Amino acid sequence: MIIPELGEYALILAFCLSILLATVPLVGATRGNALWMDFARPLSKGMFFFTLVSFLCLGWSFLYNDFSVVYVASNSNTALPWYFRLSAIWGGHEGSLLLWVLILAAWTLAVALKSRNLPQDIVARVLAVMGWIAIGFYLFILFTSSPFERYLPGFPQEGADLNPLLQDFGLIVHPPMLYMGYVGFAVSFAFAIAALLSGRLDAAWARWSRPWTTVAWAFLTLGIALGSWWAYYELGWGGWWFWDPVENASLMPWLVGTALVHSLAVTEKRGVFKSWTVLLAIFAFSLSLLGTFLVRSGVLTSVHAFASDPERGLFILIMLVVVIGGSLLLYAFRAGQMRSESSFGLLSRESLLLVNNVLLVVSCAMVLLGTIYPLIIDALGMGKLSVGPPYFNALFVPLMAIMLVFMGIGMISRWKQTSLKMLAQQLWLPGVAAVLIGMALTWSYSGELAPWVTLGIVLACWVVLTGMRDQYNRLRHRSEKLAGLFKQSRSYYGMQLAHLGVAVLVVGVALVSVYSEQRDLRMQPGDSMTFRDYTFIFEGSKHVEGPNYTSDQGQIKVLYRDEPYAEMYPEKRLYTARGNVMTEAAIDPGFTRDLYVALGEPRENGAWAVRLQYKPYVRWLWLGGLLMTFGGLLAASDPRYRKRLRPAAA
Amino acid sequence: MTPKRKQRLFLVLFIVVGVGISVGLTLFALSQNINLFYSPTQIAAGEAPQDTRIRAGGMVVEGSIKRDPDSLFVSFEITDYDKTVTVEYVGILPDLFREGQGIVAQGSMNEHGVLDAVEVLAKHDENYMPPEVAEALAKAGKMPMPEGQEFNK
Repeated sequence: MIIPELGEYALILAFCLSILLATVPLVGATRGNALWMDFARPLSKGMFFFTLVSFLCLGWSFLYNDFSVVYVASNSNTALPWYFRLSAIWGGHEGSLLLWVLILAAWTLAVALKSRNLPQDIVARVLAVMGWIAIGFYLFILFTSSPFERYLPGFPQEGADLNPLLQDFGLIVHPPMLYMGYVGFAVSFAFAIAALLSGRLDAAWARWSRPWTTVAWAFLTLGIALGSWWAYYELGWGGWWFWDPVENASLMPWLVGTALVHSLAVTEKRGVFKSWTVLLAIFAFSLSLLGTFLVRSGVLTSVHAFASDPERGLFILIMLVVVIGGSLLLYAFRAGQMRSESSFGLLSRESLLLVNNVLLVVSCAMVLLGTIYPLIIDALGMGKLSVGPPYFNALFVPLMAIMLVFMGIGMISRWKQTSLKMLAQQLWLPGVAAVLIGMALTWSYSGELAPWVTLGIVLACWVVLTGMRDQYNRLRHRSEKLAGLFKQSRSYYGMQLAHLGVAVLVVGVALVSVYSEQRDLRMQPGDSMTFRDYTFIFEGSKHVEGPNYTSDQGQIKVLYRDEPYAEMYPEKRLYTARGNVMTEAAIDPGFTRDLYVALGEPRENGAWAVRLQYKPYVRWLWLGGLLMTFGGLLAASDPRYRKRLRPAAA
Repeated sequence: MTPKRKQRLFLVLFIVVGVGISVGLTLFALSQNINLFYSPTQIAAGEAPQDTRIRAGGMVVEGSIKRDPDSLFVSFEITDYDKTVTVEYVGILPDLFREGQGIVAQGSMNEHGVLDAVEVLAKHDENYMPPEVAEALAKAGKMPMPEGQEFNK
């Protein structure tokens, strides 16, 4: 079969097209040659097509178990169900990079198709920058990590199987969504670089870049939320955020991306913060690349570190230096030409959004420091160390608390100049109400006012109530209030929805962090344990056979206030192909709490080490993430991003 | 100074002070929360401090795992094939914890030279070895050749 070779050739062709894409339109844009600029769109289409062919070839090899391909043999097995064989494409290093370039090509294609209203030279430059990024990744794949390498002549009859942790729905959705976000920032980056190259940084530029950035941000949010949810149920510890370096690697672009989304709003509406916005776009994408470097190079201890090859690490490091160095150099040359189109007062929506940006960037810097500090110390030969979660919590939580306070003020404030008196008038009621309602809610939930929980709930109420106040302000002068409620712009509802998501997330974080309960104990058949009104009775374990694993399944009967409530079946699975042992937790999900039961290890006389957990409001974490995602998508779908551009292009 | 410049100055001062405070707090928090890594050889040589949170890593010694029948107490030894250190832990061990597996334990040394672990980490791939452990073994000249690597080249 020559399918894998076909995939490799298609990838080489895509690489060649990316070189053309990176050069021809750019030269055309510099010389004002329309014909050359027009090459950008067909080249983007071609690059996407051949990357897709390459991806499908790898998919075909997985589907038909072609174990002569090294990558397939290392990551698949005939006993795997077909959908895991397909998602195994991105279960390892090589394939996940192929997914990365496929998504990069897809974003390039999307820009090519959806940019009919943009000036030709801008389109040419943006697509060319996407081409440059693509060159880097095609080179990376072709030279250091080709997924199409063969075992010849003697290849194994059976594959080594996919890591059992990855045999899960989470693998099907989490990496593609996360990559959509990571790579989506490449579009913001390309717009920023194109603007620097052309020297035309104006409100129109921000309006073009904004929907792309918001969509990328929404996907990244979804990807992170999915990752957190997956880790929660699959790793068997019931944790939802570990400050693991790889989680940090996705959080950093998210923080800067969030700052970018807000800063773009200011640039679009008011024509200020231009150089700052460009800088954020450069950093958001650089941090995405840094994330790739941290994950792929194996320099960090992490659950995600599956490839540790110094050559690969070096390649990404060089790429990182080229991208950051090159774009900052360009920035240094061109930033001086940027002029603000308006001014603003000390107390205005502009400065409040600047505060938001500063807080987000500082949080990002602090996460970055905690993540790479061990690397720096190690590189200096000063010993090996790790930075614990307390560091991140101690800094991140207060910073976010301050940000929530400003979030409410920012929503109410006006562009250009806001009077302190107006703010006080508008905000005293939501403020007092937030404190009272927040404290009442906390008290009614727990019967106490634990400081961090109270703070979290009060701030969540504050964000919701100030949002409602702003909504009310917009309707106050309308005669038909209810009809007016549906007449706001989509980007406004998107903003409201995303901010509501933040409030929901904060409630979830506060409650699950403080009021989770956990019992690790040894349970013999008949043993029981009661806490939080739930009684867990261990009834013993039995042997169960799965398609590609064997399993010990515990039976745990749950009583709620002494009434039968549920049966839970946590499992300890042995995946036979690799001999991996996996904990499959049993979860009883609920809107206000999860029950989480996991088996530890077997002990004498049919006893097991068992972990019982009560997780209040844990679902709110991901609900908040979903709300933010939908908010972002809704805002990006606002018709004004399409409408207003037509006359300009004509 | 024009009012506009004054405003800008305020803004810049605000940012500088804010960043300064954050950096100060960050470095303080960082210094409070770093966990140094020690190999069994370093611990045996008395380099590891008592009552401070440290990380120690090595291979779990064959036949050293002792479990208490009535509780979740477990004790085992880790080695870099030069020196060994006893680790005590109460709780559930990770799935990939087993004899001959490379692990990292977080905890503090007590006065008997035993590591009281609060967390035991074993990574979720059996061909994977924590980088610190790999380096500690390499330093002791005892890096074992992993088996079953034919698919990973």
